[in-house]
Amino acid sequence: MNAEFAGNQQIIEVLYLVASALFILSLKWLSAPSTARHGVLAGEIGMVLAIAGTLLHHGLVDYKWIAIALVIGSGIGVPLGLVQMTAVPQRTALSHAFGALCVTLVGTAEFYLRTPDVPHFMMAVLSMEVILASLTFTGSLMAAGKLQEVLPQRPITYRGQNFVNLSVLAIAILVAVYLVLHPGAKQLFPVMIVVPLIFGVLMIVPIGGADMPTVISLLNSYAGLSAAAMGFVLNSKLLIIAGALDGSSGFILSVIMSKAMNRSFTNVLFGAFGQVQASAAAGKEEKTVRSATADEAAGILAAANRVVVVPGYGMAVAQAQHKVRELYDALTKRGVDVRFAIHPVAGRMPGHMNVLLAEADIPYDRLMEMDEINGDFPQTDVALVIGANDVTNPAARTDTSSPIYGMPILDVDKARTVMVIKRSMNPGFAGIDNPLYYLDRTLMLFGDAKSFVNGIVHELAGNTH
Amino acid sequence: MNSSLLDGLFVFMLAGFIGFEVIRRVSPLLHTPLMSLTNALDAIAVVGAIVLVGEHKSHLSTVLGVVAVIAATSNVVGGFLITDRMLRMFKSSRPTKS
Repeated sequence: MNAEFAGNQQIIEVLYLVASALFILSLKWLSAPSTARHGVLAGEIGMVLAIAGTLLHHGLVDYKWIAIALVIGSGIGVPLGLVQMTAVPQRTALSHAFGALCVTLVGTAEFYLRTPDVPHFMMAVLSMEVILASLTFTGSLMAAGKLQEVLPQRPITYRGQNFVNLSVLAIAILVAVYLVLHPGAKQLFPVMIVVPLIFGVLMIVPIGGADMPTVISLLNSYAGLSAAAMGFVLNSKLLIIAGALDGSSGFILSVIMSKAMNRSFTNVLFGAFGQVQASAAAGKEEKTVRSATADEAAGILAAANRVVVVPGYGMAVAQAQHKVRELYDALTKRGVDVRFAIHPVAGRMPGHMNVLLAEADIPYDRLMEMDEINGDFPQTDVALVIGANDVTNPAARTDTSSPIYGMPILDVDKARTVMVIKRSMNPGFAGIDNPLYYLDRTLMLFGDAKSFVNGIVHELAGNTH
Repeated sequence: MNSSLLDGLFVFMLAGFIGFEVIRRVSPLLHTPLMSLTNALDAIAVVGAIVLVGEHKSHLSTVLGVVAVIAATSNVVGGFLITDRMLRMFKSSRPTKS
């Protein structure tokens, strides 16, 4: 070891240390919207320092291909950073897949460079890295495909599905155990990649659209853990730290999402969700609903003091968020207090609804979390539900036979008047009937979310005094 | 080898606790940017891939490394870009008073 080498090595380690600190600060600053953009900057600086440090690495002989790969990667990254806000969930799933792909490939290369002299513990970590990363790769691609609606969104289930899935995973683990004991068994290594790749597909097959927020969070966690395992293999503390941060972030979000859907924690950990809610709305009796026109709805809203809008994914699908913003402006101008109630699983990934409303220029201090706003519904004149269904279903509180019983909901039914914009009386995605629609205080506003809100805005503009 | 592995476990444990405490404080308002940001940070795996390409120990490792660098770099660039785009949209009603 010569002096220059040792000097370089120290510089690299110091740069990695600074980068690690910046990564932690980056997440810390994300705690509030006012400092959040500093967080992005800190992360970017940390990333540049880390890459610069790596390029100083002693033993790098070929810079040409590094440069080419960095340029191509940036070229792919830019369009991925410019997607529409409604497409952010599938973009996120796709980026989990890319991250996992990187980890799988590096793990594979490391194995073939080191075999057969791999210590047992190292081989165990390497196996964990490769298994987690490859199942995350295909799982995330599947999730992205379902979110993009390239693949069928309906959950596909069959008898013994969990048994099949767990058996496939067990095969991967058995191969891993054999490789730990016999790290020279080169020919088995591809099996340890292909089998988890299959498992990743099987894992997402039974998942329906409504479960996507949980699944994305879980895959996020897996991606982080696989990167941390890669850090152990490469003996890189920077990678271990980044992987641990990502892993815990995904873990926390999975727990929040599973609580918001009233799913047990083991359910989340084993990825065995999606197969409930098969035969829900069976014994339907004819019940009457009251409906109203845009004109009548505008009148009631204009006369209200406090309005709470409850947006759901249906609003985003109808691209109605900009019209909702116009409604917000029109009502605010008349002195009506308008706020938005955001259920944790509204949208297709954690926090998605907030981004969609922020994009429509609705101030973030008007967006309320479920726990903040639920106590205010009894003092609310009008609750306007746009494209949300299950998260407003009072059956979740009272009806023990309901498939969503126990799920925390927005207490919309406690408002003085409830208005629901809905295409028709067809039950929603989960196929569960919503007693909210039959209440005396509920008015159904039948129509497309965007055009109906537009109608209300027009009526409000028409009779300004 | 064993001591460096143990060091790694210590780092992992501490980073896990820090991550848990820091991320618990992130407002649910920003959970989507949180996920895209951690995704970009996670792409620090690019560091391992760069070394793999640069050392050029075998053809296989170089080819795998190049693809890995491409995948991770696209996450770095795309992740930071979209996080910043999202965060720019979050405005408070107080200063602007619309």
